[in-house]
Amino acid sequence: MHTLTFDVAHLLAGSLVLVSFMQLYQDRLYALLNVYALHALVLALSVAWQAYAQNAPHLFVTAAIALIFKAIIIPIALHRIIVRLGIHREIEKVVGVGTAMLLGMGLVALAMVVMLRVTAEADPLAREDLAFALSVVLLGLLMMVTRRNAVSQVVGFMSLENGLVLAATGAKGMPFVVEISVAFSILIAFIVIGIFLFRIRERFDTVDLHALDQSRGERL
Amino acid sequence: MSFDPVVLVLLIPALAGLILATLPGYRLTAGINVLVALATFLVALSLFFGRPQRSAYFHVDDLNNVFIVLTTFVGFTTSVFSASYIGHELETGRLTPTFLRFYHAMYQLLMFAMNLALIANNIGLMWVAIELATLTTVLMVGIYRTPEALEAAWKYFILGSVGIALALFGTILVYMAARPVIGEGPEAMVWTSLIARAAEFDPALLNLAFVFLLLGYGTKVGLAPLHAWLPDAHAEGPTPISAVLSGLLLNVALYALLRFKMLLAVNPASLAPGPLMVTLGLISLVFAAFMLYRRRDIKRMFAYSSIEHMGIITFAFGMGGPLANFAGLLHMTMHSLTKSAIFFAVGHIAQVKGTQRIADMGGLTVTNPVLGWGLVLGVVAIAGLPPLGIFTSEFLVVTSTFARSPWLAMVLVFGLIVGLAALFLRLNGIAFGEPRGPSARTQASYLPMFAHLALVFIAGIYLPPALVGWFQNVAKLLG
Repeated sequence: MHTLTFDVAHLLAGSLVLVSFMQLYQDRLYALLNVYALHALVLALSVAWQAYAQNAPHLFVTAAIALIFKAIIIPIALHRIIVRLGIHREIEKVVGVGTAMLLGMGLVALAMVVMLRVTAEADPLAREDLAFALSVVLLGLLMMVTRRNAVSQVVGFMSLENGLVLAATGAKGMPFVVEISVAFSILIAFIVIGIFLFRIRERFDTVDLHALDQSRGERL
Repeated sequence: MSFDPVVLVLLIPALAGLILATLPGYRLTAGINVLVALATFLVALSLFFGRPQRSAYFHVDDLNNVFIVLTTFVGFTTSVFSASYIGHELETGRLTPTFLRFYHAMYQLLMFAMNLALIANNIGLMWVAIELATLTTVLMVGIYRTPEALEAAWKYFILGSVGIALALFGTILVYMAARPVIGEGPEAMVWTSLIARAAEFDPALLNLAFVFLLLGYGTKVGLAPLHAWLPDAHAEGPTPISAVLSGLLLNVALYALLRFKMLLAVNPASLAPGPLMVTLGLISLVFAAFMLYRRRDIKRMFAYSSIEHMGIITFAFGMGGPLANFAGLLHMTMHSLTKSAIFFAVGHIAQVKGTQRIADMGGLTVTNPVLGWGLVLGVVAIAGLPPLGIFTSEFLVVTSTFARSPWLAMVLVFGLIVGLAALFLRLNGIAFGEPRGPSARTQASYLPMFAHLALVFIAGIYLPPALVGWFQNVAKLLG
């Protein structure tokens, strides 16, 4: 029983890292959103499994939020925004796919080395979970750094946040997990509404953050 | 229960925020805003006399009592300034009445979030409160809806979100470290339980947690490599918000960092958090001091000055020890008062001149003597000249450092002098010489500005023994 619990949790958390890698090499916005929906789906499964394994029913709420809000509503909303703004072209990347993947592997190796060494005495399930979670967080950061487009930066932030939810559910018995996932959902909703309401495309003619940077610093 | 000041300090701004969102009319809402802020301040003052029992969610000790009183006081004076500032913005049409309603509601919500972050006894609750404070300020920075304001809000949003995300990871790691010792459940996130048992925590986990917390909350403090959002957010938002950001929100983030530093200080096997904070503090100070030279926007210039001073404060707390901590606390208090006073002056100056461009300002002491001399006094204070309060605190930081590591003190003094020269170079053009640019009339309220400056002036000459005793107590608490 214990080994099965561990193996499934391991498998799901590992898949989350894998999907994070898949996001890194997407070069079209629609494809990126689909991969993000998959990311959120894997997260929902992983959280649900933790809820079952830890016998913590409140975590099912977090899993449901991940499934309904992150895997369905947000991708659809972003999809509509992309259509509305007409920006479904290729994503401008700062570095090439190969470099991004190599950097990603380096970050995952770093996360493993750091977390596994530091948490030598924690229980194995939480330990692996934290290591994977840190990998997902770092890959999300990498994605935010290597993309110039506002929508894909938001996707990067959301996958970073998925890593945090994974970490919070992995820490057994942690209070406020549901509250924190709700707080994050509000934050994300704000960001998405922000893109839409501020009409970054209308105002700046592009969602490419590079164009926003033109007025950076001294503008007067 | 109904007279519990802890509950009131949260309940008053929260309820007021809800009510203000529904009320129309500028005069009415601005008036209510001032009254509510005053009420919150008075309740906070009462914390000095009677402290409620700590609970699993809230606690008040010597450390956060200082922060709460400072926060509510500056919150109150800023609301007075805000009333006249916003009135002018309405006349010139930069703000519409709908946005104004929103603005006042957000102002109170921000006060609520900051008080909650300060008073929280639970590291998870503290994190949620800081997230809420970030969200409200993002909305207010973008309130003018110009492309620049939206860009500033967006940048702040993204960088602030990444910062609080990293801080959450650090918070989770602290819980992981506490769990084997304290046991599962909410108790392992209660700060007072954490500090009692922190000596038994796994030092490696605690170290890693602190690195994440330093990067995360450090972003919100505006420490140098992580500061990119700060100048934009200060320059593009309404000036009362710049005053609250610089004077208060940066302090709140620093407060969160200090709480975690105390945890590490208790644990003998963990790494010393001091050197990390000292390094980040010095980088911020020197970097910001040089950046001051090339500023052409007046609010942006003082935003860089805030980075400089947060660097000094972080440096002082990083050095640790009773004297440096005392100096850090004093400097933080003086900086909050002085910087918000400067922003009060700058807000009216920008309205008088119709621009924030330094090149279009000149001879303010001639055209608008009160504002001009107010600004001069503020800059003299912020640059750390005697006999004002910031001189005292900077002097203490420098002397306590010289005694322990002269080389660090050399860097510190170098940064201070570079910053001082830059500020006076710019001030000379703004305040003296030939009058330049338009000068419209404005209905300014000078009271908040001069009240702050008077406090700073008095503190530079005479510090009441009660205050000194109190700060010494807190400095010992900080280790």
